[in-house]
Amino acid sequence: MLKKMKSNEKMKQLMTNYYMMGFASEHVSWITSGAPVEILYAMDIYPFYPENHSALFGAAKQGTYYAEVAEKLGFSRDLCSYARCDIGCVVSSVNVPNPTFLFACNNICNTVVKWYEVLSRIYKVPLFFLDTPFVRKELKENYIRYVHDQLVEFIDFAEKITGKELSDLKLRKTLQLALKGVKAYKDALLMGRNKPSPLTAFDAFINMAPIVCLRGTEYPINFYEEMKLELEDRVKKGIAAVDDEKIRLLWDNIPIWYRLKWLGEFFASRNTCIVADTYTNAWSWMIVKDKSNVLESLAETYIFIYLNVGIEHMAKAINDLVNIYDVDGVVIHSNRSCKPYSFGQYEIQKMIEVPSVVIEADMVDERVFSEAQIVTRLEAFLEMLK
Amino acid sequence: MIVAGIDVGSLTAKCVLFEEKVIAYSIAKVTPDLENTAKAVYSDAVKKAGVSAEYIVATGYGRNKVSFANLKVTEITCHAFGAKSIFPSCRTVIDIGGQDSKVIAVENGVKNFVMNDKCAAGTGRFLEVMASALNVDVSKLGELDEKADKPVNISSTCTVFAESEVVSYIAQGEKVENIVAGLHNAIASRIAAMAKRIDLKPDVVLTGGVAKNKGVKRALEEILQIKILVPEEPQIVGAIGAAIVGKNYASRGRKSERF
Ligand SMILES: Nc1ncnc2c1ncn2[C@@H]1O[C@H](COP(=O)(O)OP(=O)(O)OP(=O)(O)O)[C@@H](O)[C@H]1O
Ligand code: SF4
Ligand SMILES: [Mg+2]
Repeated sequence: MLKKMKSNEKMKQLMTNYYMMGFASEHVSWITSGAPVEILYAMDIYPFYPENHSALFGAAKQGTYYAEVAEKLGFSRDLCSYARCDIGCVVSSVNVPNPTFLFACNNICNTVVKWYEVLSRIYKVPLFFLDTPFVRKELKENYIRYVHDQLVEFIDFAEKITGKELSDLKLRKTLQLALKGVKAYKDALLMGRNKPSPLTAFDAFINMAPIVCLRGTEYPINFYEEMKLELEDRVKKGIAAVDDEKIRLLWDNIPIWYRLKWLGEFFASRNTCIVADTYTNAWSWMIVKDKSNVLESLAETYIFIYLNVGIEHMAKAINDLVNIYDVDGVVIHSNRSCKPYSFGQYEIQKMIEVPSVVIEADMVDERVFSEAQIVTRLEAFLEMLK
Repeated sequence: MIVAGIDVGSLTAKCVLFEEKVIAYSIAKVTPDLENTAKAVYSDAVKKAGVSAEYIVATGYGRNKVSFANLKVTEITCHAFGAKSIFPSCRTVIDIGGQDSKVIAVENGVKNFVMNDKCAAGTGRFLEVMASALNVDVSKLGELDEKADKPVNISSTCTVFAESEVVSYIAQGEKVENIVAGLHNAIASRIAAMAKRIDLKPDVVLTGGVAKNKGVKRALEEILQIKILVPEEPQIVGAIGAAIVGKNYASRGRKSERF
């Protein structure tokens, strides 16, 4: 019943190549999803994303198994399941590119601080930790200086370990590519504005890996331009992602990876299309600010990301999406794993301009998912919107 | 038209036969075979009424397992319609069942709702566990509550920890009445926290099996500082709502299995 996109296959190839590239690379840095990867690509250092890797395992329904491996070592079940799954994989010798060093940025959460320290002890490699101040109300100039100075230190750190030198020109070029990639990505997502929408947020989730992992290379630019063409073609031919689209919704938080297909079918069979979400859009907002100083631009971009701002900013971002995509309601996933994303959701709920419902689950840990409870909440919500 | 509303909840199944008002109803414990539970409770109501239904609506957790139903609707929508039909002034419904509790803002139908999280605290299950620890029947909790003079303070929200608190109060020789009242206060504060997430407007109607417990009504009125209405038979409100939703739906000539 779900209409698979042709892009899915291309994405799989692209990501297989990306993972192969990791094994062939001389220098590998493990990196958090919100860290400035552009610097790594500019230095030909391969970035490996444990979060993406855990999401893959979650989608393959193997995440719980590896999370339990970590729990047996004493890691708490309350810890983020991306972290548990990753640590479980590492100690089980799942084949991943070994790190030369680690690069963690706390603009997404503080879990990554301890998680990467654990990795650093396991692999006995150095860790660079980038500290970004939290933006409660406004982004101050001294935040930018503070992060800028750390970026200078980081470049020094990476140069010493790899023996390579970062060229200013190459960094500027990489930033240009990142900007183009984000733009192409955003344009593809914006196709969801069509009524009926040619894509669902589930298509967006499946196809988000290239902008996360390959941002700063040519690949995402071509990939998302093609994805957009495919969507335009659907619109031209009158193909809707969901037959007889009656209700349009927005999704908040990380997807429930092991239930992607199930949720997709649940909504499609009820003539409901989740046309957009805050998770994939977090990357569409990564527009590098144009400042004469490259590192300052990077600093500003990476300080002001979705999980590093106060709830007024988050509510505004959600309301913007509500208006851009003209949705009837919001499905809020209260994600047991991701505290910074889920904290404040009940406050944010009051600030959202359309009705919303909260469902409780976890992005990777299947033990937290209660099907009957979720079905009741979602069905009641759809009944309410009718 | 005679419509049957069947509410297959997590603990009990309820069936109401409805025309302009309730003709007959039946309540039974849920067995693992939900389809058969629904059939049994329906047959029993039909026997009492002496007539059968032309249209059947299923609600509650087991709604999707009732294959002979014409329509399936969630209990949120049904409790809203049911409560409103009994008390037209109703703006808020608090339903406390065996496994779930919910607060529903009512306008023309459901305006908004919140439900408890996965934990059993704040549901009938919580009181059942505690009643068995105290060795009393759940149906006696209301009377015991009335006789309390100094309710104890139950600080744990978790059912497991609260049970061990209860056990230690028993060991200290605390009066059962005061422990029971303390438990009702605990459940009420849990529900109140949930109710804060939506705009709680009077009149407030309490439904579900737990509404038969006067102590819960007392505790909720104290903590919410609001008067609460309880229908004569609160446990069948969901089933009544299902029948009413079915009547409206069938009269509009709609055919789909979903609302
Ligand atoms: N006379 C009574 N006094 C006190 N409590 C009662 C009484 N009768 C039933 N209950 C309680 O009501 C609860 C069952 O309520 P109800 O039938 O509304 O639940 P349900 O619909 O099966 O559950 P849910 O709505 O959570 O799926 C049980 O926990 C039971 O202890
Ligand atoms: S807690 Fe949230 S932000 Fe942090 S690593 Fe886990 S999923 Fe990512
Ligand atoms: Mg019930």
